[in-house]
Amino acid sequence: MINITVNGKPEQIDIEPDTPLLWVIRDIVGLTGTKYGCGVSECGACTVHINGQPLRSCSVPIGHLDGASITTIEGLSNDRSHPVQQAWIEEDVPQCGWCQSGQIMATVAFLKQYPNPTNADINANLTNICRCGTYERMRRAVHRAAKAMKV
Amino acid sequence: MDGSIPTPGKTARPGGLSRRRFVLTALTATGGLAIGFGSKHALAASVRNTPWTDHQTLPSDLDSWIAIEPDDTVLIRYARSEMGQGSMTALPMMINEELQADWAKVRVEYASANRSYREHNVYGDMSSVGSHSVRDSHAKMQQVGASARVRLVQAAATRWGVKPEECVADKSVVTHVPTKRSFRYGELAADAARIKLDKEPALKTQAQYTFIGSEVKRLDVPYKVDGSAQYAMDTKLPGMVFAAIAACPVRGGKLKAVDEAPLAGDPNIVKIVKLPNALAVVAKGTYWRAKQALAKLHPEWDTGAAGATDTALFNKEYRGELDKVGAIARNDGDIDKVIPAAARQMQAVYEVPYLAHATMEPMNATIWIQGDRLDAWVGSQAANRAHAMAAKVSGLKPENVYIHNTYVGGGFGRKSTSDEIAQAILIAKALGSTPIHSAPVKMIWTREEDMRQDHYRPQGACSFTAGLDASGMPQGWRIHTAIGSIMRSLGMSKVPNGIEPLAVEGLEDNPYQIPATRVECSLKNTHIEVGFWRSVGASQNAFFIESFMDEMAAAGGHDPYQFRRQLLKGNKEWLAVLDKAAEKGDWGKPLAPGKARGIAIHMCYNTIAAEVVEITMDTARGTFSVDRVTVAVDPGHVVNALGVKEQMEGGVIFALSAALYGKITVKNGVVEQGNFDSYRMVRYAQAPKIDVYMVPSNGKRWGGCGEPGAAPLTPALCNAIFSATGKRIRSLPIMDHDLSASA
Repeated sequence: MINITVNGKPEQIDIEPDTPLLWVIRDIVGLTGTKYGCGVSECGACTVHINGQPLRSCSVPIGHLDGASITTIEGLSNDRSHPVQQAWIEEDVPQCGWCQSGQIMATVAFLKQYPNPTNADINANLTNICRCGTYERMRRAVHRAAKAMKV
Repeated sequence: MDGSIPTPGKTARPGGLSRRRFVLTALTATGGLAIGFGSKHALAASVRNTPWTDHQTLPSDLDSWIAIEPDDTVLIRYARSEMGQGSMTALPMMINEELQADWAKVRVEYASANRSYREHNVYGDMSSVGSHSVRDSHAKMQQVGASARVRLVQAAATRWGVKPEECVADKSVVTHVPTKRSFRYGELAADAARIKLDKEPALKTQAQYTFIGSEVKRLDVPYKVDGSAQYAMDTKLPGMVFAAIAACPVRGGKLKAVDEAPLAGDPNIVKIVKLPNALAVVAKGTYWRAKQALAKLHPEWDTGAAGATDTALFNKEYRGELDKVGAIARNDGDIDKVIPAAARQMQAVYEVPYLAHATMEPMNATIWIQGDRLDAWVGSQAANRAHAMAAKVSGLKPENVYIHNTYVGGGFGRKSTSDEIAQAILIAKALGSTPIHSAPVKMIWTREEDMRQDHYRPQGACSFTAGLDASGMPQGWRIHTAIGSIMRSLGMSKVPNGIEPLAVEGLEDNPYQIPATRVECSLKNTHIEVGFWRSVGASQNAFFIESFMDEMAAAGGHDPYQFRRQLLKGNKEWLAVLDKAAEKGDWGKPLAPGKARGIAIHMCYNTIAAEVVEITMDTARGTFSVDRVTVAVDPGHVVNALGVKEQMEGGVIFALSAALYGKITVKNGVVEQGNFDSYRMVRYAQAPKIDVYMVPSNGKRWGGCGEPGAAPLTPALCNAIFSATGKRIRSLPIMDHDLSASA
């Protein structure tokens, strides 16, 4: 039995320890905002926070996570009020939307490390794939969120 | 908006809109299939996180498209699919231009393919393909809105005993102007529903539009920033089991045998399903179990002759086709005389590889067969095709087949053929022999399966032969394309005359005024299945023709922009777009060292788009960055100005990934690429600044916007590379070329 908390709620997980966190979140905990995109840490659609760090949950086995605290997109706010979510709405970012939970989770963590991000910081640190090509709008939203978080 | 996944308890509405079938309401405690509408302080229309309908006729139906509740809530059925292209916002905008409802009171859901079947195909073609949702729906949508408004006005006029002409409808209220009396739409809807109009009302003219053409935020966006938007893969049902599948890695091959012993005795394995061309494992608990179990099996495949083919062979075969004479799609003037007689002849051959769609949401479907009823949760670009396919494959009556279409996690043409739905139905049927025979099953393709079982953008080659006069202007040209037939590959048509419109679009109808033009088409397919890939024929033909235009301009010493202007003389619409791109893209203005520009223009799905691409080239190392793309676009009419911009931006990035990195190659009959490490995508670091300028001609032509933005990007980029390096890119992707000065 592996004990984790997901969005502050304790969960006891009884599953093969090689099961990636992604499938634990989706199929056992039942939160589907975290998406499967590649399974090999390439695309970032499955990005969640593990003890505050942004990680690609498709490649983290649950067996390594006893005691870990997980935050998913559903735990970011309960009313879309997080400045990154707000910025995403303002810039009308998502198109198909499949990658966007991961994009937002990656951005939230990024802005903690880079509260005044340059475009070069964004290019070097935000590496999630968006197949619809919303990078320009996301870039504007990242800067907008950074500003909002300073106020 | 309350932010959490809405539940009926929080958002139940009076009347019909809160009714949902047992399957759906039973699950709201888990949030998976909850319903609920928009925001608390709604300023705009809204959709649900669960976009599908309950397939029923409501007491409040004005007709199949519109229901109006007593509280003035307007429900609009949207008979397309939302995959990010924004038509779930644009189509209701077109209805409301005429309906004149308060936009804040409008709710949108998917129309039902089942209802369409039951009600004599009332929703018509429900597909979102070929960038046609707006261009092929506008007349119908506006008519639906106008008809509803006129009936609401008549209902009010009848109650007052006045002439309808004395009444106006606006913001969900009908007012009798002379007496200032008014009724809300909700008070009139039941009467209006009973009114049959003698003839359909006239539509507004362009000049009368007050809503069409404005910038409206997409209705689905809020659900895509909090994880609540429901995609097919997010389906959760009681007792649901999970399936992983592997089709024969050589397309067309068959399953010969499989040793099931490695999974014997595993209590979590429900079933090993053998399909003619695929092997699937169904497991309890998690998808991961099914995937891992499938990996333990080592099926034997009969791959046939295709198992000995590879990309080098295909390359040779397509080039070989160009030595023959193709089916003649266009023949103006006499190229056989004009070209040899010209002052100068030139020739070039271009080549493009297969390309995968790589939608971010891999293919998947959830099927629940209960007795004679089938429910399917899918992300389909064509719900009515999915419905017909599901009935056929399951053998159930179409009226008992329910397609719950979800938000589509990327389509780009891949999710219009429903092949994954057919597979999932066969797996669900195979569960009939197990103890859990009526359990719902969710089948998911791995990314690798998705990339290796695609319907690819066809591989092809295209040759140009041209004759230029002494001033360097072309007098005649022969364009010969050899490419895979999508229609034949997907079994949609045999293309008896050998000319596939998708293969020659943009070549055969090119508007350049060259006295002699011949366009030839040679269709050739390999065992690799080909399909519709964002911008379809334009995805390769714009690269072919606009690159060769640049070659001809360079050969004659002409500026590429002015060269095109001369060949488009008098063509106002094309020139307006080309000129806007050139102006806003700073064409001809001085450039810093290392920088270069390229230009291209193309028409795709009735929309003309021109792009100027600006790059910075490090000629010593042969590396470059794409700094800026300026897009000018004439879609005929702009419905949602924000949506048009977003689609141009998306089209540019989609094409840029393909231009820089995109190639699907084959070895021993098998696609070599499997994931994003070998099939690369543009990320932030490669994404240029994109500026979009709209120059709608507002005439009879209505164009699409989902795809045309992709078309000119590749040639404009390759033309910029030529300008910077003198190297002409004649095969894609660009990453295969050494652009360094020493090369």
